Amino acid sequence: MTDAHEIRHEIRIATGDDIVRIRRAVRTVACAARMSLVDRTKLVTAASELARNVIGHGGGGTVRIERLISPSGVSGVRMVFEDAGPGIPDVRLALTDGWSTGQGLGLGLPGARRLVDEFDLQTVVGEGTRVTVTKWTR
Amino acid sequence: MTTQPGEQTHIVELLRSRRETALDRWTELAGAELRGRLSRGELRGELDDLLSLMLRALDGPDAEAAHDELTAALSEMSRRRARQAFTPTETAFGVFALKQVVYELVTESGSNRPRLTEELMAFSHTVDELGLLTFETYAATREQVISDQAEQLLELSTPVVKLWEGIVAVPLVGTLDSARTQVVMETLLQTLVDTGSLYAVIDITGVAAVDTEVAQHLMKTIKAARLMGAECVISGIRPQIAQTMVALGIEFGDIVSKASLADALEYLLARSGVRIVREEAG
Ligand SMILES: Nc1ncnc2c1ncn2[C@@H]1O[C@H](COP(=O)(O)OP(=O)(O)OP(=O)(O)O)[C@@H](O)[C@H]1O
Ligand SMILES: [Mg+2]
Repeated sequence: MTDAHEIRHEIRIATGDDIVRIRRAVRTVACAARMSLVDRTKLVTAASELARNVIGHGGGGTVRIERLISPSGVSGVRMVFEDAGPGIPDVRLALTDGWSTGQGLGLGLPGARRLVDEFDLQTVVGEGTRVTVTKWTR
Repeated sequence: MTTQPGEQTHIVELLRSRRETALDRWTELAGAELRGRLSRGELRGELDDLLSLMLRALDGPDAEAAHDELTAALSEMSRRRARQAFTPTETAFGVFALKQVVYELVTESGSNRPRLTEELMAFSHTVDELGLLTFETYAATREQVISDQAEQLLELSTPVVKLWEGIVAVPLVGTLDSARTQVVMETLLQTLVDTGSLYAVIDITGVAAVDTEVAQHLMKTIKAARLMGAECVISGIRPQIAQTMVALGIEFGDIVSKASLADALEYLLARSGVRIVREEAG
């Protein structure tokens, strides 16, 4: 059973419904971390973008959402999106505004990076992609 | 769990040796009032799984892992019951019924082992804990079901309303996912045609977040409306959404945006040549 005090969600990402569920979970955790409405909205939107990429480009995967407390006592939220999809051959290009291999605006990945405080993208072509983002409560 | 493995050897032995009888009886007791929400066979299958895990958790080489699996399986069962509209009491009773089963088995066996009472007590305690666990999960699941339903209701209730002759509005509320945005936008375009309107307001005051996909749907709709000779205005972009959109890099280009639905209406009335004049009182 999950401990009510430890906030941590693992959600699979396969359908649009999962994205709704993820947004709700992120909102809950961001509230628990006492984030402002603006920061909450930014985090939820980043989650939406990254989850959509997992479905659209990564062939589905999972996300782990957890509340963090830094050594200096600052609250934050971390989200780790993982998929075992094709990976991203050119990360710099993928992080360029307006670049998309699909029909999108090509703003999801670079936009998500601007919406959070820490952004880490690990990808291996043919193996998959892991995007880890963190936002701290101000 | 407070029960140590090995503590209930006799009960475990009984349950192992008379497994089928125990399962039949447990199914009978737990399934007294299924009322078609679950078949007896399904119930028996579930209880069978629970019993295996329980026996492993009580007395197996992998007791701890089995215990974790058992709690997970119980939570899962409880969640299913909540969705199948069982009450939490029914669900918990189903688990508690195992005590009755064991009591009957022990009585039948005529055993009078010295530590039997202690064993029964410990076993009863174990089952109580498991029953209570289903209760907790049930409550959490019901909340989830209710909030899901609320959300679905919101999703269904996106009407296109007529504000004025030739001006329609669509207030978007809740979580915008791709499918829903698409439906709303198609409805809007159809309503423009059906009502012969030339102006539309898309009000997003009630929207929690706008991501690139939603923004793209909005823009496509507005472009399509333009091709049909109609003009769309967006209203109600709240501060947190505006800031998020700026950070994402979404630009609405030359699309007119107004702070509120009222402002948008005023703007479109002016565009359509209607002048609003306040009559002097007296
Ligand atoms: N998880 C992923 N696996 C593989 N490729 C990815 C993944 N995420 C992003 N990409 C690649 O990076 C590109 C840029 O992603 P980005 O989210 O910025 O744009 P997009 O998804 O194409 O459009 P949108 O603006 O709607 O998000 C994608 O087109 C895709 O080629
Ligand atoms: Mg994207």
